[in-house]
Amino acid sequence: MSTRTLISPARLARPRGKVLYWTVFALVVGGFSLVFLGPLYWLVSSGFKDAQEVIRTPPTLLPGTFAPDNYSRAWEVMDLSSLLLNTLYYAFGALAFQLVLDVAAAYSLSKLRPVLGKAILGMMLATLMIPATVLVVPQYLTVLDVPVVERNLLNTPWAIWLPSVTNAFNIFLLKRFFDSVPRELLDAASMDGAGPMRILWSIVLPISRPVLGVVSIFAVVGVWKDFLWPMLTLPDPTKQTLNVGIYSLSNGVPVNVLIAALTIASLPTLIVFLVFQRNIMSGLTAGGLKG
Amino acid sequence: MSAPSLTQPTAGPARPASPPPVAGPGTAGGGFARTLRRNLTAHAFLIGAVLCFAVFSWYPMVREFLLAFQKTESGHTTWVGLDNLATVFNDPAFGQAWRNTLLFTVLALVFGFAVPFVVAIVINELHHGQGYLRLLVYLPVMLPPVASVLLFKYLYDPGYGLLNELLRFLHLPEQQWLQDPGLSMLSVVIASTWMNMGGAALIYLAALQSIPGELYEAAELDGAGLLRRIWHVTIPQTRLVLSLMLLMQVIATMQVFVEPFLLTGGAGPEGSTTTVVYLIYQYAFNFNNYGAAAALGLLLLVLLAGFSAAYVKLSRAEDA
Repeated sequence: MSTRTLISPARLARPRGKVLYWTVFALVVGGFSLVFLGPLYWLVSSGFKDAQEVIRTPPTLLPGTFAPDNYSRAWEVMDLSSLLLNTLYYAFGALAFQLVLDVAAAYSLSKLRPVLGKAILGMMLATLMIPATVLVVPQYLTVLDVPVVERNLLNTPWAIWLPSVTNAFNIFLLKRFFDSVPRELLDAASMDGAGPMRILWSIVLPISRPVLGVVSIFAVVGVWKDFLWPMLTLPDPTKQTLNVGIYSLSNGVPVNVLIAALTIASLPTLIVFLVFQRNIMSGLTAGGLKG
Repeated sequence: MSAPSLTQPTAGPARPASPPPVAGPGTAGGGFARTLRRNLTAHAFLIGAVLCFAVFSWYPMVREFLLAFQKTESGHTTWVGLDNLATVFNDPAFGQAWRNTLLFTVLALVFGFAVPFVVAIVINELHHGQGYLRLLVYLPVMLPPVASVLLFKYLYDPGYGLLNELLRFLHLPEQQWLQDPGLSMLSVVIASTWMNMGGAALIYLAALQSIPGELYEAAELDGAGLLRRIWHVTIPQTRLVLSLMLLMQVIATMQVFVEPFLLTGGAGPEGSTTTVVYLIYQYAFNFNNYGAAAALGLLLLVLLAGFSAAYVKLSRAEDA
């Protein structure tokens, strides 16, 4: 780091400063590791303890017993494979709907600029002003009986996919990015006879890869982490998400099996995070404050 | 807005004020027909998202207002005026739910607002291992909430939980974390802060890194100590981000539901973790009283609207 922060580099360069710096550094790294990795260690290690040890007082820091079959039992008893597949299905379906419909909408609002486009954008952004939990009740009633088509979407993936499109924040992020694509580029393409679809596909989307990556990750993680909405709209145990399924079975299984199940449920998002951490963190600070 | 393109002929009456088109500037035909076609194309791109918004956002928004003043009994809907609001006000849980929600918000601000800021300042001062520390802080945000919350439930267990073992090790009195009405909300806040502080910490960190170093140098030349530099440079320089995050956290924490629902079953010992949103949930999904749920939701909406408006105003200021 070249820029200077609170404490001047000169002060840090002195022997006393150096000692102090490295002491604080060690304390911070140790403390943070303990606070943030400690619970995760506890999760994984408790998952290996046998049924008696996991509820022993005092608890054991290192597993004295080794019961890896907790993980296979959790997998079978809680039917984690189908919960996992359900969640993947909902998450990637929601991603597909958001990518197609929200990208198309943002492109239209940014570059095609139809009549009433500004008003529509305004109405979309207005939804961000309404507390999400307040809308849950009327949204749930809507899912029970969708107006005009008169369908009940309860226990169908549509109940997750279609409402996920109403992500005004994503549309805003995408639109803002599309706004920065130079007009001349698009004009040149349309001079060559490219239609709006072709321009979107061959020019705008390739340029927009970073923002598409961020939007995609947040779309998938959003469905993965959601709890209240899937609990209400997918009550059928065979259709539940990982979160809801584990919660509804949590009282019926031994503690060590439950903890093993929690570990398994945490792995996918942790892996996604470790692989895409750069995109996730930059996306967070780039768009995290707008709304 | 960019300047109108040269190839654009004077358009028909429906032409919007802002210059458009991607749609073929070379094509012949009257201005009106072209504008119409361009608009049809543009709306075709919009229609999918607009339909979803109409059905799953705008219609429910209207319905929330209607529901609050209606009652449905055996398939028959009637207007009941302020009856639903009266039901909500007369519910003995009403006052407690608001007190608990406010307590959660205040505690969550003490922890969830101050802790990430301090954490960000500390990380920013360290010139090594920043990537690792950022990773650590954000890690819990990526976990499924059910996993984090049930893990905390296990840590909080009065018998075999790790936290009481820690207290025993330090020779401090053991606590009934989630079973003690005086402590249950604090326990929920601690879990919630652990789960959610990563986002705020990283946003603060980004803001801190944009503070020009000269300001600190000048302050130091003026003889300002460490705390005064934080007070007179760091905080004023990050004031906008701090106030935006403050508003965002108030809006988010006033809607707390998942953490108490999973940790204490919602109500908690002696109703000590009943929150406003949990009460809405109960009205709607335990008692099938959608009117009362909507009425209470409307109260929450009105209360938070002020915060939302302030947020929008401030974020506009940031854009400018």
